[in-house]
Amino acid sequence: MAAVFQGLGAATAFSVSNSLDSRKFLVSSRKSLSARKASFPVVRSDGSVVPRSNARVRRAEQLITNAVATKPDSSAASTTSKPGHELLLFEALREGLEEEMDRDPHVCVMGEDVGHYGGSYKVTKGLADKYGDLRVLDTPIAENSFTGMGIGAAMTGLRPIIEGMNMGFLLLAFNQISNNCGMLHYTSGGQFKIPVVIRGPGGVGRQLGAEHSQRLESYFQSIPGIQMVACSTPYNAKGLMKAAIRSENPVILFEHVLLYNLKERIPDEEYICSLEEAEMVRPGEHVTILTYSRMRYHVMQAAKTLVNKGYDPEVIDIRSLKPFDLYTIGNSVKKTHRVLIVEECMRTGGIGASLTAAITENFHDYLDAPIVCLSSQDVPTPYAGTLEEWTVVQPAQIVTAVEKLCQ
Amino acid sequence: MALAHLASSSSRSNLLKPIFAALSSTPSLRCPISSAAADNTKTLTIETSVPFTAHQCEAPSSLVDTTPEELLTFFRDMATMRRMEIAADSLYKARLIRGFCHLYDGQEAAAVGMEAAITKKDSIITAYRDHCTYLARGGTLLEIFSELMGRQGGGSRGKGGSMHFYKKEAGFYGGHGIVGAQVPLGIGLAFAQKYSKDGTVAFVLYGDGAANQGQLFEALNIAALWDLPAILVCENNHYGMGTAEWRAAKSPAYYKRGDYVPGLKVDGMDVLAVKQACKFAKEHALKNGPIILEMDTYRYHGHSMSDPGSTYRTRDEISGVRQERDPVERVRKLVLSHDLATEKELKDTEKEIRKKVDEAIAQAKESPMPDPSELFTNVYVKGFGIEACGPDRKEVRAVLP
Repeated sequence: MAAVFQGLGAATAFSVSNSLDSRKFLVSSRKSLSARKASFPVVRSDGSVVPRSNARVRRAEQLITNAVATKPDSSAASTTSKPGHELLLFEALREGLEEEMDRDPHVCVMGEDVGHYGGSYKVTKGLADKYGDLRVLDTPIAENSFTGMGIGAAMTGLRPIIEGMNMGFLLLAFNQISNNCGMLHYTSGGQFKIPVVIRGPGGVGRQLGAEHSQRLESYFQSIPGIQMVACSTPYNAKGLMKAAIRSENPVILFEHVLLYNLKERIPDEEYICSLEEAEMVRPGEHVTILTYSRMRYHVMQAAKTLVNKGYDPEVIDIRSLKPFDLYTIGNSVKKTHRVLIVEECMRTGGIGASLTAAITENFHDYLDAPIVCLSSQDVPTPYAGTLEEWTVVQPAQIVTAVEKLCQ
Repeated sequence: MALAHLASSSSRSNLLKPIFAALSSTPSLRCPISSAAADNTKTLTIETSVPFTAHQCEAPSSLVDTTPEELLTFFRDMATMRRMEIAADSLYKARLIRGFCHLYDGQEAAAVGMEAAITKKDSIITAYRDHCTYLARGGTLLEIFSELMGRQGGGSRGKGGSMHFYKKEAGFYGGHGIVGAQVPLGIGLAFAQKYSKDGTVAFVLYGDGAANQGQLFEALNIAALWDLPAILVCENNHYGMGTAEWRAAKSPAYYKRGDYVPGLKVDGMDVLAVKQACKFAKEHALKNGPIILEMDTYRYHGHSMSDPGSTYRTRDEISGVRQERDPVERVRKLVLSHDLATEKELKDTEKEIRKKVDEAIAQAKESPMPDPSELFTNVYVKGFGIEACGPDRKEVRAVLP
């Protein structure tokens, strides 16, 4: 156990073992890149340096060809020989949660329908039977007060995980999250820690309507004192859940309604992802594409097309929405000199807007072109399927934007 | 007792020498049993002048047991609080205290009586009128004045201000600026107490203005549903900022508002009644779940220092309450009528308190402001070797301790 956690201090998020067989190997779509120059080593986000080899063995990447639906592992032929186990994203969250609850009796869950019902997205299924009603607490529909309750309990030393059935409902608890959760450590001069995790699904789903398709990361991002992370794969979902629970700071973990059924093989051994690190999804050279949560899959879909057209995008899943991992992002900008941000937040005041400002402030000299930010339209999410599709960034738009950027 | 350290041992023993001087006892206080020989620990039983009114429960007896030592401590503590708040008033007018300053004078009995009934392991959480509660929970005058003046030595390192006093080791959870937001937090404290099964309770204080907040009813439902050891205390000073209670609440019987949650109405200007009620409430909460206490109290100052306090109530009303119901005067009369101390001794105590307060102010005035680097401390908690870097790190990462 100690070996795995040492990784935390040395800034790595990923599994320490070098047997990355647990990750899918991506070979087929890279054949067209043989002409590329590879004169410098790739710096992975775990800090280790992977010298480019002619064999082009790409490690630690994952290409999900379809944005949402579950696809069986493409190299499933040798499943039995691969280490690790396969599961869906919500099961990964549950695994992380269960491991942490086993490890520390102070960890408890509270939210609507998390207990007997098992969670509206099955993240907490079975936990109430195992840990009892007090540790997996079914609350009445009173977001303001149960969020406040979780924060008050955290002041005494408990580590509650507060689930919002949909992130949008947490708007009712905004006062508690902003004033009490974010600021108490500061206004008490460091006396109180608020080690809560506030999690829940957000984002645009399948015709859920305007009020159930909100992206709260843009509202919460200026609250001082909180950390925000967004998970996108089963691997980082489990890792970020565990890291968030162990963190002494209040962490808001953004999940996405449409990603709960993603399947992936994750390691058997215990691991944690760093809360402040971004994930290098696909190293490249021509353009840096920054994204998070569900848009990662739209980007990867667009990347396939781009690669066929001869571009080499570098895709980074920023994961940490507050604070931004400007180290990884900066290294990428210095390499490619072009940035495209693809996000699901609204155009105005979203994560993309802040990220654009941060990159411009810090890396302006390295940019060859203005930063392009693709976000959702500034409209309430409509119900009609076609309209809903148009509010959110689609892969075709990403391809067009990259082509334009790389001219 | 939190403020006991203020009393030097020599003056204590002076006050408690047996005194047989005949002093007139005021007829308004009914004292059926009094002891002429003032033994420190002899029990005095005093009847409270206003009986308790109960809702859905049995009211406790209005005969309260106390000791001479306790009564004198009450006097000393309340007089200190009174003096401290008046000093804060002058400091605010001298612009040494800025922003908001909500004073508690007139309501001292609620803080002192509550403290007498509980231990430091029980939790208290209140709103922004928290200077005296902080003092009762163990804060020092120096810490209070330093924090009020924004100095480094303050309870919250100068970063909280008047509305953000906290003392974790004494179970004082603040100190909150948003009206009513502390109630769900307080229910969370009670939840944690139930979770760890440590036999303690949480006192959640709010005012008559906050009693109309929805989150209060949400929290009440939750507390009653799970039998949390929470005691909700409505410090009803009859005015929510500038609006009188009858203009803001359809039902100003705040102790009844819990419906299925039992309630008790207490004379909040009588420290012994408060003590009795809190003791009763603690026993009740540990067995049966939440209970509401409504303290009928009064504040002499306006809502805060920016409010003169006289536009929505008459000066006659304020001086009337001061004459008839002042908590410090009541204890003074009790002490005198039971021959526990002479008039002069009490006056000397007050002078001593005044001196201590002035000294604390002088020391706080000289103390340094926070260092500029304090701006960035305590935003996040560091730990686990995680690299928590701000958004402007460039090349170098720092691994935090």
